[in-house]
Amino acid sequence: MAVCIAVIAKENYPLYIRSTPTENELKFHYMVHTSLDVVDEKISAMGKALVDQRELYLGLLYPTEDYKVYGYVTNSKVKFVMVVDSSNTALRDNEIRSMFRKLHNSYTDVMCNPFYNPGDRIQSRWALLPVSDPVQVGPAFCVLLPSFCRTCLAILVAKMQPFGKQGRKGLFKL
Amino acid sequence: MADTVLFEFLHTEMVAELWAHDPDPGSGVSAGSRGEEVGATTGQKMSLSVLESMGFRVGQALGERLPRETLAFREELDVLKFLCKDLWVAVFQKQMDSLRTNHQGTYVLQDNSFPLLLPMASGLQYLEEAPKFLAFTCGLLRGALCTLGIESVVTASVAALPVCKFQVLIPKS
Repeated sequence: MAVCIAVIAKENYPLYIRSTPTENELKFHYMVHTSLDVVDEKISAMGKALVDQRELYLGLLYPTEDYKVYGYVTNSKVKFVMVVDSSNTALRDNEIRSMFRKLHNSYTDVMCNPFYNPGDRIQSRWALLPVSDPVQVGPAFCVLLPSFCRTCLAILVAKMQPFGKQGRKGLFKL
Repeated sequence: MADTVLFEFLHTEMVAELWAHDPDPGSGVSAGSRGEEVGATTGQKMSLSVLESMGFRVGQALGERLPRETLAFREELDVLKFLCKDLWVAVFQKQMDSLRTNHQGTYVLQDNSFPLLLPMASGLQYLEEAPKFLAFTCGLLRGALCTLGIESVVTASVAALPVCKFQVLIPKS
């Protein structure tokens, strides 16, 4: 399922990045950063094409041997980037679309939060809860500080079954 | 419908409350470009800019929430049309009556029966009081435009209640 999710502002700085803590996070941050170029390319290509309406969902940005990167841009030029494990071949396009739709809804809720100043890093604990953790573990833990969260998740992941069929099914419910 | 009056009452109370704080000797900060305030004190200007910034924040949130299902806008005029149709319908349950532009970045949006002014009067009575009831809406427009990527300056003017015009100036960059 989704291994990393990022929300990137109009000016191309990250508002929210979350990835599965079991892997090297820096690698995902770098992937998201490089995918921004592809996103900009797609946006300008769509702008030049004389299509009547432009889609928000950008589709597959680029595949690597382990991961696939998908993109989505909102009307306010906020970009969502999602990195997905390539080995999960059962993932269809409309599932990715529905994940992006949920992410868009959560982002809209964050925007409507009176305590949120547009342009700041997203620190709202509950608004991005449905997508706050790519791995579907107990929601109570994923709201804490990142470092604490990492240790908790590490303990939980160790206690959960390792990524077998059951693990994959649990991940499906993003 | 009862729903529409809820916002109107809230708005009226907001204006009344912020205007009542007028007598404090504000330190000359006059942000916000307002229409006609002949003889307004700095305190009054501050209330207007407070109202406008309230509208701005609401507009930012609305600008994110409302176009969610619509597909991406192609140009400025599309965004303005969205404001006149979808935003106005969502907030005031009616569409803007006319949109004019000089294609140089100036747009004039005219509403012939603005719901926030409609219960006040019809004609020239209360003309001096009208601008403060438009401050919030100016901020609303500016906020929605800002979320959709357009920096602008929005001013409003009233010639005769309840007809009002919102002028949107988009500086060329």
